[in-house]
Amino acid sequence: MALPPYASPIEKVWFWVFRGVCGLVLLFLIAPVLVIIPLSFSSSSFLTYPLPGFSLRWYEAIFSSGPWMNSLKNSLIVAPLATLLAMTFGTLAAVGLNRADFPGKGLIIALLISPMVVPLVIVAVGMYFFFAQVGLLNSYAGLVLAHTVLGVPFVVITVNATLQGFDFNQVRAGASLGANPLRVFFTVVLPQIVPGVVSGGLFAFATSFDEVVVALFIASPTERTLPIQMFSGIRENISPAIAAMATILILLSTLMLITMELLRRRSERLKGAL
Amino acid sequence: MSTAASSSEAGPAGSLKAQLRRAERLRKLKAFGLVAPLALFLIIVFVVPIGSMLWRSVDNTELESVMPLTTAGLQQWDGMGLPDEATVGVFVEELRDSRQGGGLGRISRRLNYEDSGYRGLLMRTLRGLPSVSAESGGDWTQTLVDIDAAWGETSTWLGIQRAAPATTDRYLLASVDLERDDTGQIQRVSEGERLYQAVFQRTLVIAGGVTLICLALGFPLAYLLATLPARTSNLLLILVLLPFWTSLLVRTAAWIILLQSNGLVNQSLMASGLIDSPMQLVFNRIGVFFAMVHILLPFMVLPLYSVMKGISPSYQRAAVSLGAHPFAAFWQVYVPQTVSGIAAGTILVFIMALGYYITPALVGGPADQMVSYYVAYYTNSTNNWGMAAALGSILLVVTLMLYLVYHRLVNRKQLIRN
Repeated sequence: MALPPYASPIEKVWFWVFRGVCGLVLLFLIAPVLVIIPLSFSSSSFLTYPLPGFSLRWYEAIFSSGPWMNSLKNSLIVAPLATLLAMTFGTLAAVGLNRADFPGKGLIIALLISPMVVPLVIVAVGMYFFFAQVGLLNSYAGLVLAHTVLGVPFVVITVNATLQGFDFNQVRAGASLGANPLRVFFTVVLPQIVPGVVSGGLFAFATSFDEVVVALFIASPTERTLPIQMFSGIRENISPAIAAMATILILLSTLMLITMELLRRRSERLKGAL
Repeated sequence: MSTAASSSEAGPAGSLKAQLRRAERLRKLKAFGLVAPLALFLIIVFVVPIGSMLWRSVDNTELESVMPLTTAGLQQWDGMGLPDEATVGVFVEELRDSRQGGGLGRISRRLNYEDSGYRGLLMRTLRGLPSVSAESGGDWTQTLVDIDAAWGETSTWLGIQRAAPATTDRYLLASVDLERDDTGQIQRVSEGERLYQAVFQRTLVIAGGVTLICLALGFPLAYLLATLPARTSNLLLILVLLPFWTSLLVRTAAWIILLQSNGLVNQSLMASGLIDSPMQLVFNRIGVFFAMVHILLPFMVLPLYSVMKGISPSYQRAAVSLGAHPFAAFWQVYVPQTVSGIAAGTILVFIMALGYYITPALVGGPADQMVSYYVAYYTNSTNNWGMAAALGSILLVVTLMLYLVYHRLVNRKQLIRN
């Protein structure tokens, strides 16, 4: 949308006002994410500009701190396991949903999507009581199961989206050539839906890696995950150590964003080749 | 195909049909078999826990579980005078037994919801009870009245009777600031005790305000992104997607840092001479709005952008070429085509904002806490699970109804192929 040469002065003013507003909105979106990064390299213990000097002391502080490293370790145990479970269950279900119609399908779809819709605090309280009854409260297994539930809808949706153009006759062709269903899945179906599986997995991972509410209810200090550590840090004493961890997390989200972009480009290229 | 042929098993056509039917059935069964593990998993770990949690909003079995005979006896009582001697006798016995296994704590907590004097009364009574066993006979009603005159009043026993049934609507009523009076009529609670109306109002105001601001900021941005050349808009889209992928806690922390009294916002406002002393921008409503709009804005921009990308600019150009003012062309020709995107974005943002807990807890003050906060508070701090469940039920019902609307608007086929 460029400004045509015959635009009237009012149109010109409007054009630049509009662009200015959009620029401010973009600034509003990106500024908070960028502002926190330099503060993590501050040599002072105050989170204010201008920075008195450069130092890595806050990175040193979190990497030598027991609670921070323990919570990071916990998140690195829980998130991959939950992601793996969500990817497995979610992919199977999405393939099933696209395979054939069966009675009650609408209801089942609603069920599979529902963890995304129900307010987190309700999920948290429900699981708190349930896990207390079955002895999963304050356990890694409980956390992994809870985060699997929260991540599964993303996998179902993204895999389903990549299956939209999938021709199931390929499965028949594979079977008619003598491959067993498992082999058909791994050699014919999976390579084609891998972008959906991976991007769903990324969403599931990001969900687990950023989930506070449910973890607050069902985890004891031993299973304290990184988001809970961040949460209590922000609540009690917001220090540049938080900024340092935030910078690491921003780096992680940038990596995830790039992966998503590459996946999107790949699937667009494949579509173009067809 | 004749009926004779299709019904005959031996006929070649019939057997083909039957085979096809069998194959089709098998295919459906296989498809269902692929979905079943996840469905079952979600039912066990998600649906049942939430269902049983919501059941607590009407569950009232505290008294029944600790004093089964007393509750049975009291439910026979007509509510006139005092309960008969047999009922009072089992009451005394069950009250004594309740000291074991935490039963006493449960019933005194439950009875205190009826009247805050019960806990003290039960304790005094237990201390004063003679150590004779129930079989020895004797006038238990008189013994109780001797310990505390309250046992001689009908209202004391009526309170216990009210707490006796296995289900109750008191929590659900209380969550909308209603209660039952002594005669069982529903009435509004007294002015000073109306708490939840304000909480729901606040929740709606914050969620609605955040949604409107997101729409006001997101619409122009989505329009710009949809009309720019692909290369530029992809670049600018990164500025929307990076915050979208960034941890919610990181963004909340960033806003606290930005908005604190010596933060960048206050510094630049003071440098520009607009204010003389730092403004309080965080730990109040302003901070909640800033942080929540920032977190939810991508959820408005992305659906709007995807709808706007599919709108051809020719219609607007045609309107202008036919003499419409550019603004009129935009408002009457372009905007109506974006309605589905507006609806999807606003409902999505509103639904998500309704359930917010973490962000208001970190950047808001005590007067900015939404429904979710009270659900968590009643579960963790006061163990009033009935109240937590009742507030949660209302939040869930509103959320699910809005989601249903969203589902209708954003055609289900877009989500899952049928």
